[in-house]
Amino acid sequence: MDLTPHLPALQVIVPMLSSPLILLLKPRGLAWAGAAAVALFSFAIALNMALAVARGNEFYYEMGGWQAPYGIALSVDGFSALVLLIITGAAAAALLAARPSVDQQIEAERQPLFYSAFLLALAGLTGIAVSADAFNIFVFMEISSLASYVLIAGGPDRRALPAVFKYLTMGTIGATFYLIGVGMVYMMTGTLNLADMEARIGDVTDINPILVAAGFITIGLALKAAVFPLHVWLPNAYAQAPHIVTVFLAACATKVAIYVLIRFDYFVFQANLENHALQFSTFLAPLALFGILVASAVAMFEGHIKRLLAMSSVAQIGYIILGASFVTTAGLTASAAHLFNHALAKGGLFLAITGLAYHYRDLRLDQLAGAARTMPWTAAAIVVCGLSLVGIPGTAGFISKWLLINAAIDNGDMAWLLIAIVLLSSLMALAYVYRIIDTLYFKPAVVAQAPGEAPMQLLLVIGIVAVANIVFGLFPSFPLALSSSAAELLLRHTL
Amino acid sequence: MNLFELLGIFNYWVFAIVLTVGLYTVIAKTNLVKKLIGLSIFQSAVFLMYITMDKVEGGTAPIIQKGVENQVFSNPLPQVLILTAIVVGVSTLALGLAIVVRIYETYDTIEENEILDAD
Amino acid sequence: MSLDNATLNNAILVALCVPLITAVGIQLASRVSDNLREVVTLLGASTLAWVVWGMLPELFSGERPSWMVAELLPGITLAFEVEPLGMLFAALASGLWIINSIYSIGYMRGNKEQKQTRFYTFFALSLAATMGVAFAGNLFTLFLFYELLTLSTFPLVSHKGDEATVRSARVYLGILLSTSIGLLLPAIIWTYHVAGTGDFTVDGILAGKIAGADVGLLLALFVFGIGKAAVMPVHRWLPAAMVAPTPVSALLHAVAVVKAGVFAVTKIIVYVFGVDFLFSANSTAGWLIYAAAFTIIAASLVALRQTNLKRLLAYSTVAQLSYVVMAAAVLKPLAEIGAAIHMVAHAFGKITLFFAAGAIYTAAKKTELHQLRGIGRRMPWTMTAFTIGALSMIGVPPTGGFVSKWYILAGAFQADNLLAIFTIIASTVLNAAYFLPIIFMAWFADEPSDAKPHGEAPPLVVVALCMTALLTLGFFFFNGPVIELEQQLVKGMLQ
Repeated sequence: MDLTPHLPALQVIVPMLSSPLILLLKPRGLAWAGAAAVALFSFAIALNMALAVARGNEFYYEMGGWQAPYGIALSVDGFSALVLLIITGAAAAALLAARPSVDQQIEAERQPLFYSAFLLALAGLTGIAVSADAFNIFVFMEISSLASYVLIAGGPDRRALPAVFKYLTMGTIGATFYLIGVGMVYMMTGTLNLADMEARIGDVTDINPILVAAGFITIGLALKAAVFPLHVWLPNAYAQAPHIVTVFLAACATKVAIYVLIRFDYFVFQANLENHALQFSTFLAPLALFGILVASAVAMFEGHIKRLLAMSSVAQIGYIILGASFVTTAGLTASAAHLFNHALAKGGLFLAITGLAYHYRDLRLDQLAGAARTMPWTAAAIVVCGLSLVGIPGTAGFISKWLLINAAIDNGDMAWLLIAIVLLSSLMALAYVYRIIDTLYFKPAVVAQAPGEAPMQLLLVIGIVAVANIVFGLFPSFPLALSSSAAELLLRHTL
Repeated sequence: MNLFELLGIFNYWVFAIVLTVGLYTVIAKTNLVKKLIGLSIFQSAVFLMYITMDKVEGGTAPIIQKGVENQVFSNPLPQVLILTAIVVGVSTLALGLAIVVRIYETYDTIEENEILDAD
Repeated sequence: MSLDNATLNNAILVALCVPLITAVGIQLASRVSDNLREVVTLLGASTLAWVVWGMLPELFSGERPSWMVAELLPGITLAFEVEPLGMLFAALASGLWIINSIYSIGYMRGNKEQKQTRFYTFFALSLAATMGVAFAGNLFTLFLFYELLTLSTFPLVSHKGDEATVRSARVYLGILLSTSIGLLLPAIIWTYHVAGTGDFTVDGILAGKIAGADVGLLLALFVFGIGKAAVMPVHRWLPAAMVAPTPVSALLHAVAVVKAGVFAVTKIIVYVFGVDFLFSANSTAGWLIYAAAFTIIAASLVALRQTNLKRLLAYSTVAQLSYVVMAAAVLKPLAEIGAAIHMVAHAFGKITLFFAAGAIYTAAKKTELHQLRGIGRRMPWTMTAFTIGALSMIGVPPTGGFVSKWYILAGAFQADNLLAIFTIIASTVLNAAYFLPIIFMAWFADEPSDAKPHGEAPPLVVVALCMTALLTLGFFFFNGPVIELEQQLVKGMLQ
């Protein structure tokens, strides 16, 4: 039996169904092995689809054979294939490396629950990416969010609890805003299928409810995506989560929200609303620019390494939004590529931090002084991924930064300002990455130094991700092919 | 828009007011349980909106009956949707309350400002 | 030169890989014994020189070996091409690496430096980056290796690891990286944007694509973006880099790194702008001569006031680098040849001077000028070499410095550029003013009565510095092949 047409469904079903099964695996080693195997399998599915999509295929799947708009449709194109690759890749890397860190942070009897929630979050995120239906996106969004609240709250630090409460309220508000918007569009069009919505909005006579819906959806998803200034939930949630959860969420959670934001906007609104492209850019571009500058500035003076990187994520989200706000092929390609490259860099950094955290309980920057002396490989991975974050040539981060600046040049009068801000923030990124490197390598140790390297299992994954940062910096053709096909696809839906 | 039309969309006014009340509560209250109550009110408003929009005047439940021609029935889809959304809302509330309980256990308070002071 | 259909070229690949393999070999060999590690270094250096010099016959016959590795983004390739200027630079750096390795062994052992393995490893990596800079076939490749050179030399500069060293190293990294990201990167993107390519092409790629004030602005972005050329005010990293062990100052901060800077500037003037194009747009590109002239005079004046030998040499280097920039900016064939020759002449002279400074430090732990009274009698070999190097800096025959000054002056006369002529004469006087007193003091002043007796530096150190001193003298007599090679550079423009 050829399973290829069923891949979009399997992508969600496999992690979702294995999630309760993991609960039954009482010995914690087995629970871990099961979860890691499922994540790897999901990654294989995503890779399979991404390769097919890069060859020009697209997946369209109707659940139970019911045709859209009555049935539930799943679809995988260049854009969703890229996002799926990010989600499953991050999950696979995080889970493969997870065991030592989870053993340290989560009590043995709760570990099956932890892995089960992890797979549920994975299922939710992949569900968002394959859905072609606005309401299913909401449901999957909530599945993944609920699972991530549980994951974040699972850490040993009590400060995780207020952080996750904040995340929960803001996340729910965001999702509800989205739901209101979808409801309004449904009222005017009578459909929930994205493609159908696009086709039917044109016939709507009173466009005002659609405009209000666009507002609700954009704000709601911006809240989920932590677009400045709606990012306040993010730094604490990331900083206090169990380290391995931070790896996973930082690499893909907000990116999936951005994915929905971009996809919904382009698929439903861009082609139907007059001047929408202009409104879209004039609303988002300033937010992106302020986000880039303010978050980078805050990161420069942040004392806790995980909060520092979380603030940097807010800035990087700004880059992604900035590229999308140009409404050009170049801009969207840059955005999509940065989704991928930033996941690679930030995922690698948080993985390396997980390695440091194995020996260092307190992750304030000054406590980590001199860590490179006993953990040279972990520290080297931080250097490589950090350079990728800054955008030094030869690393993945450079590719998307180059694309973004090239996209900005076509932006007329604003071009110089945009380029100046992107370059300035790169320098700020250099400053905060150097602070980390300086501390790890040159500062005299203040606490007892780590007895040795991170566990081999963790170190291996860290190494693979760090090398991937260089490989995709020199041979970026595969993610770029997906990115540019995503950009073309999205732009087909503009006026 | 005359008074009659305004009253005609009465349900939507309720939706808007309840939504605002809920949102206000979430933002303004420092007690975490009250915040969660606000969140629930906020979500309930949306349920109300979905239920309102599916109502067709004179419509019945969407069950096909023998011998009845041109049957008018309310749109069942939003009800199905909102059933799902209610489940999501309840789970969120349950999880939120669980977190509040954990917060109370570790911090001995559920006032937001006191929690911030404690760390 | 069409880079697109260039296939793998073995010599280029080997030249890039030899230092990398050497680095790995150094790490492995250090596990066995220090002597084996030193053998690996010398072996690597000799192999590299053999490979690089082996390409010379091809170059003389007019061939241009090239190799396109990969296309990263549409139009942006990782590609190498050997042309006369790059060949000269590579031959110089690889040849001097052998001598420098001999010197390093004597110096590092003589001073019982810590972490020698790391030192040799990063030294080899810097050489790999240097080869990349030398053979870069387009702006992107140049930028990539330029940054790698900065990064790979950073651990060498911060080698000592104490507070003051790290602070200086921070200045080094900060200035070099921030200028390259903030100025050079936009210049490169601008070039790619207007020209559609960044391939180094005879006669340039910008002619007709850009005009008016933009030419001057772009040139400014390039010149100040290439911080390694140390045109004031972006020269501060060079004195800061003097905290490194002397072999680093000698090979990297008198030859490889700084020459990479002026080499890049020259290459950009010749192959990106095109000399004819810049000459025609002289009105807005003419500022470069003023900037270079200012740097020459100002740096010489600052050098006059230095009391530390290595800092004096650093400022002398700043001035000498701007000779090359100024010669390139004169935009006449003879001056371009002069620029290329000056790279060689200055390299021989300055490496000798640094070797001598290091020898004095090793033998007598003296770093300040006033401590050098009468040192000539205790260290005759070293001070003879120092004298030869200093005379070459001033430009006295029979040293290499005279030859290059001759060509630059001839070029300046060709262009009737009185400013350049005046600057060269003035700086010669200034050079004499700060070098002659040292020479006089070392040979003829009486030693202070409380001086501790000491002898010559370790034999390996003395051998190395005598070799470079001989090269400095030899270059006066045997400079034919170099000039012949560089005449190819200006073949088209010999008016």
